[in-house]
Amino acid sequence: MSQPLLSVRGLRKRFGGLIATDSVDLDVVEGEIHALIGPNGAGKTTLLTQLFGELSHDAGEIRLEGEAIDALATPQRVRRGLARTFQINQLLPDFSMLDNVALAVQARQGHSFRFFANARRDKGLRQRAREHLTAAGLAHRAEVRVADLSHGEQKQLEFAIALACEPRLLLLDEPMAGLGHAESEQMVAMLLGLKGRVTMLLVEHDMDAVFALADRISVLVYGRIIATGTAEEIRDNQDVRTAYLGEGDA
Amino acid sequence: MTLVLEQLLNGLQFGVMLFLLAAGLTLIFGIMGVINLAHGSLYMVGAYAAAFAAAQTGSVIIAIFAGLAAAALAGMAMELFVLRRLYARDHLDQVLATFALILIFNQGVTILFGRQPLFVSVPPALNGSVELLPGLIYPVYRLIIIAVGLAVALGLYLLINRTRIGMLVRAGATHREMVRALGVDIRLLYTAVFGLGALLAGLAGLMAGPILAVQVGMGEQILIMTFVVVVIGGVGSIRGAFFGALLVGLVDTSLRAFLPGLLRQVMAGSEADALGAGLASMGIYMLMAVVLLVRPKGLFPANV
Amino acid sequence: MALLALALGLVALPFLVQALGQPALVPLATRVLIYAIAAASLNLALGFGGMVSFGHAAFFGVGGYVVGILYRTYVDDGLFLGLIPGTSQLLITLPAAILVGGLLALLIGALCLRTSGVQFIMITLAFAQMLFFLFVSLKAYGGDDGMTIRRRNELFGLNTRDDITFYFICLAAAVLVFLALWRIIGSRFGMVLAGIRQNERRMAAIGIAPYHYKLAAFVISGMGTGLAGALMANYLRFVSPDMLHWTKSGELMIMVILGGVGTLLGPLFGAAALVILETVLTSWTEHWQLILGPILLLVVLFTQGGLNGLFSRLGIGRSER
Repeated sequence: MSQPLLSVRGLRKRFGGLIATDSVDLDVVEGEIHALIGPNGAGKTTLLTQLFGELSHDAGEIRLEGEAIDALATPQRVRRGLARTFQINQLLPDFSMLDNVALAVQARQGHSFRFFANARRDKGLRQRAREHLTAAGLAHRAEVRVADLSHGEQKQLEFAIALACEPRLLLLDEPMAGLGHAESEQMVAMLLGLKGRVTMLLVEHDMDAVFALADRISVLVYGRIIATGTAEEIRDNQDVRTAYLGEGDA
Repeated sequence: MTLVLEQLLNGLQFGVMLFLLAAGLTLIFGIMGVINLAHGSLYMVGAYAAAFAAAQTGSVIIAIFAGLAAAALAGMAMELFVLRRLYARDHLDQVLATFALILIFNQGVTILFGRQPLFVSVPPALNGSVELLPGLIYPVYRLIIIAVGLAVALGLYLLINRTRIGMLVRAGATHREMVRALGVDIRLLYTAVFGLGALLAGLAGLMAGPILAVQVGMGEQILIMTFVVVVIGGVGSIRGAFFGALLVGLVDTSLRAFLPGLLRQVMAGSEADALGAGLASMGIYMLMAVVLLVRPKGLFPANV
Repeated sequence: MALLALALGLVALPFLVQALGQPALVPLATRVLIYAIAAASLNLALGFGGMVSFGHAAFFGVGGYVVGILYRTYVDDGLFLGLIPGTSQLLITLPAAILVGGLLALLIGALCLRTSGVQFIMITLAFAQMLFFLFVSLKAYGGDDGMTIRRRNELFGLNTRDDITFYFICLAAAVLVFLALWRIIGSRFGMVLAGIRQNERRMAAIGIAPYHYKLAAFVISGMGTGLAGALMANYLRFVSPDMLHWTKSGELMIMVILGGVGTLLGPLFGAAALVILETVLTSWTEHWQLILGPILLLVVLFTQGGLNGLFSRLGIGRSER
């Protein structure tokens, strides 16, 4: 196996007396969908948040393509090829769907210290943004204000924005949460379509989705990774069964 | 040496006054998330009510009672009619509404008492001076202010760290949502905290009467310095308000006392005095800038 | 359409009021325009960038002092700080005021933007107050009393003393400022700024670090406010620490709020409303603030979106959001 795309070693984070992340080692290799599962409160989102640089860690190291990114702030990590979606939608509510994606395209193109030309009439931005919306199946709703969208649509928009960042590694924080059955299937299909082109670290509670998508699975319990392996290996792993699957998947 | 000690005491005295205001301001912000520009108006109300009562009755006790009662009543009216509607609003609305309150309070007081400053004499019983150290003679009244201020600080410390209300206040300052979730009557807590803040502001105002002129605008002058205290100490932190207030009090007082003298050694007397006074007024803002550069959240941030 | 009517109205206004035998309204309209420039500039930071600055009087006053100090230096035939010759040419003093306003905003903004929320409000206020005290202590430039500027700055041999001429100078400046703001708001930069106001976390997640964009907006805002201050010093032929007083910051915020936060033309309506209200109320009573206070309170508590929002809800004019 060549050098992993993302490599985490000995990552630790503690809040007062609570250890949120306890010596986490994790490798995500180029092209895979790597699922991160674990019971509620295991620290999955906290781990993503640290990888993305929104929360600093106390000890350990995060490398992207072999280079340490620990000292980088979130925007710099994004420029290095990270992107994430949020479990609780983080969108620009006064803007339309198209505006939201166009801003990501704009950010991707470089700095935004341009003060004169109208950005909403910028063909380069709008066209590209429309393509991303079309790919996400949202093109017909492009001009709708985000505040007026349904939860499911917002969730899909989160995803479209993340893709507009053209990431090397996409961190997905429960993309299926709150979606209806049909919407979930749509999302799974979309992720499958991207498989191989974009590497993904997927936090998800929906086990059907996880087993359908993931090449490898890591199990996080109380801030520790207790097992990593293929779907079969995880299913058969005794520790995982007692610590997690035995308790039922919340 | 005695001069330095005297100025240190002056700084301490000014510091505890600032603390009385800053404690209320920082608590109100910490618990309710409201920035209250009209906090200085409560200070003014306390000062005017006490001055008026003292002039009418000649009784110190009645004056103290009047000052505290007026400030507390004004504060509760303020909370009931205006601030209560602002808790969920953004800071901009809060700033504008409480700015409007300042206009109303200032004009109201101007109509009632005129534009001339009121002068209040120190109560006769406290009018003496004591020799603290050989050569260091200090007014009793100012010592009493320091004592009252420190007593209040101790009282607040005990209230916040030893009582159930204090527990809620502490929790409220850092985890507003959690306190709401605990099913505490948040309205009552808000009113209590606001009343306490108003009371402390009134106390500062009534004590300030005999050493400063009681006039319209006195509230804003000290309010802006109180902001500096709150920012230096860390928004929402009582401990920060205490140390911030003492720091600002000491720095401001000593700059005012010593800077013109220092400047006079390098330039003409009148110019040195003017520039010294100006630079001394700027001193605490510089201090704030430095603190911010080093610790953007203040010296004792409430939300760790 | 409404915009065209507004423009025509503003051009025709001085002639109209003269025909109506109310020439005193021209200076009043001039004041409205100057405050509109200041309020619109503040609005870029406050309404579009979400930075609640309570210290914009600093830029306003310093803009005024640029005119005052340059004029004083010009009259004395000296050098300011031993370096800069004085001038009374509007084409130099205005850009100078814009430059100084921008530099000051860069300095203050760079520090203040390390914080946010309520701290930002308090700190901008404190910095403005610091400058207030600085100018109070500068006896060479009038200290507390301020200084008079005997003659307005010159421009192409025009008679700037004439009220109508000066009105059109201010109108031209206002048009330029509003055009510039209009372009900025719609530009890539403007989109980023609006995005930062709505959700900084989202902006970081698409790779945009908010600090420098906010700082740039703050600087532009300071430049426009400095320009307004320079015009005001010319208008009054007087500059004093009053222009730096914290209540001036409050007034500018009131104009923005009255007109509607985050709308392009709102500040113009807000400035007009406050200036006219103040003029009318002071003619009634010296305690006019006792009337202004409750009005302001009602506006904040019971209307959303100020006058502009009110207009558009009533179907008059259009919202610029």
